Amino acid sequence: MAIFKPQISPSPYADLPLTPYADLTPSPLVGEGAGGEGFALATHNLSVGYAPSRKMTRIVAESLNLTVSGGEFVCLLGPNGAGKSTLLRTLAGMQAPLAGRVDIDGTDLHALTANQRAKKLAVVLTERVSPGLLTGWELVALGRHPHTGWMGGVSEQDVKAVKRAVAAVGAEHLAPRTFIELSDGERQKLMIARALAQEPHVLLLDEPTAFLDAPRRAELMILLRQVARTANCAVLASTHDLQLAQRSADRLWLMDGTGGVISGTLNDSALYGGLARAFSVPGLTYDPHTGTFENR
Amino acid sequence: MSVETLYSETVSRAPAGFLFIRRIHLKLMALGLGIVVLFALALAWGSVNIPLDEVVRVLTTGEASKPSWVSIVMKVRLPKAITAILAGAALSVSGLVMQTFFRNPLAGPYILGISSGASLGVGLVVLAGGATSGLVIGVGLGGDFLLAAAASIGAALALGIVLIAARRVENSLTLLVLGVMFGSFTSAIVSLLMYFSAPERVQTYIQWTFGSFSTVTTSQLVPLAAGVIAGLILTGGLAKSLNALLLGEEYARTMGLSVGRVRLLIVTGTALLAGTVTAFCGPVGFIGTAVPHLCRAMFNSSDHRILLPACGLMGACVGLGAALIAELPGSSVILPLNAVTALLGAPVVMFVLMRQRQLHKAFGG
Repeated sequence: MAIFKPQISPSPYADLPLTPYADLTPSPLVGEGAGGEGFALATHNLSVGYAPSRKMTRIVAESLNLTVSGGEFVCLLGPNGAGKSTLLRTLAGMQAPLAGRVDIDGTDLHALTANQRAKKLAVVLTERVSPGLLTGWELVALGRHPHTGWMGGVSEQDVKAVKRAVAAVGAEHLAPRTFIELSDGERQKLMIARALAQEPHVLLLDEPTAFLDAPRRAELMILLRQVARTANCAVLASTHDLQLAQRSADRLWLMDGTGGVISGTLNDSALYGGLARAFSVPGLTYDPHTGTFENR
Repeated sequence: MSVETLYSETVSRAPAGFLFIRRIHLKLMALGLGIVVLFALALAWGSVNIPLDEVVRVLTTGEASKPSWVSIVMKVRLPKAITAILAGAALSVSGLVMQTFFRNPLAGPYILGISSGASLGVGLVVLAGGATSGLVIGVGLGGDFLLAAAASIGAALALGIVLIAARRVENSLTLLVLGVMFGSFTSAIVSLLMYFSAPERVQTYIQWTFGSFSTVTTSQLVPLAAGVIAGLILTGGLAKSLNALLLGEEYARTMGLSVGRVRLLIVTGTALLAGTVTAFCGPVGFIGTAVPHLCRAMFNSSDHRILLPACGLMGACVGLGAALIAELPGSSVILPLNAVTALLGAPVVMFVLMRQRQLHKAFGG
């Protein structure tokens, strides 16, 4: 039986070991509830899904009351088709909720203009981008879009913010290089830096580890936790890396495809049982503790 | 290398950097100088070559050693040169905007069906219009004006359709396919008209499709310049939005761009630029697709705050150059403009792209 062990390549974060889930002390702000006060991201009786026509609606999940605090790193888990992307897109304001509300810093996301929203919330999508001949620096500077004037002129303050964002992901050496000549892992770092340059309070990432190799995946997850702490930003990332998520995230959200989201750590029996149920397939049982599949 | 040196290097590539600004400005100034030189040559050279000092004399005092030179410069070459500048700049800028908007290196100012609409308008007037045949076949001033009017109405109708579509469709790719379909539809109608028309009318129509900078009279310069300048101002204000669109519409939206509004502005700007030029000069091809590639290669950048002015200046240069070559200075022959732009331009663009190998970089894939 082979056990997947992430290997960490030498990186600025090499001194940051993968913390076993049990050692994580919950941040004092962490808490669940319907109240929007104090949370960077909160949902109120949110229903997500698609409404292709007036008569037909496909609800993916409903009655969601979820919260993420600033500085917290949450991983969204779930099998394919459970609706992770739909939930993320709704939280990002890229698609309208079927019912309920998404609050960012206590204000309704859909009441904000696109520009106001971009100052509070940044998104990293799964799709690959081809931004022409932009350098890493120029790409990260695009994140200043909601802050700059109509001509996009970059002020001293903007340069500082871009520097901070580049430093936060440890991509100083990538800044002068042409973006499309970089590897997938390097590009992903810069895309995250671009999101951070928006100076958001909430950072949403849709499968940020999708195109990366094992060490890069582990590095990125640690980086996301680091970013949440240093930027005091609520970070929510969907991922299929169950074990990495369990080890690096403060909290897990599980979408098991039955219309709800279970939130908690592996110590919570509801989440533990949910994970085991959601990822077991006929013939193989998923063991959340070891992160492995075993013969039934 | 220390972090500080790396930063000073990257910051110098950022727009705030001093060295960066200077290198870009030098290149832009070189293009500006190119316009001045080519403009002077366009006034001096032609079927009759006029010495440069005489050209200056005509422009400043309105007199020359030979009286005929005054009217050649003032009535023929000056409007033509100004038209070449306006049209070259307009087509190049709208081509750049379309290439970024559709994230497609083959896009150009006519991708939305503007030239198709204009062709249909002109085709209907020239090929099917019975009552107007005397005017058109005589290709006098009245004929030119009629052609411009027909082309304008056709282009405007095509744009109306595209604008309505742009408000309704969700993504730009659908808009692209709609534009191509619209083009096929109108060219089918024109083919049918040609099939049933007298040869001399077909000849007149084909003459129009060659494109020309010399049919624009001094009085027509005013609406041409107004349309082009309005379009340039509008698209100039879109530099920041176009930069955000480099990451695609989804990302642009998450960075605070109102994509719907910007899409409408982009289509309107292209309409003004390409529509006005097509109305007065015919469907001048190639410049709009080629110049953005040359500018990206020359400036090695995808930043629209650099590329938009660069395309305007280089487009004006290319327009003047094409007009000059079409004249075949020293001879009385005038070549069809579209043949000149493609015949000389295509190899240049091929050479630049092969050398730089950056097409895939600029557009992915």
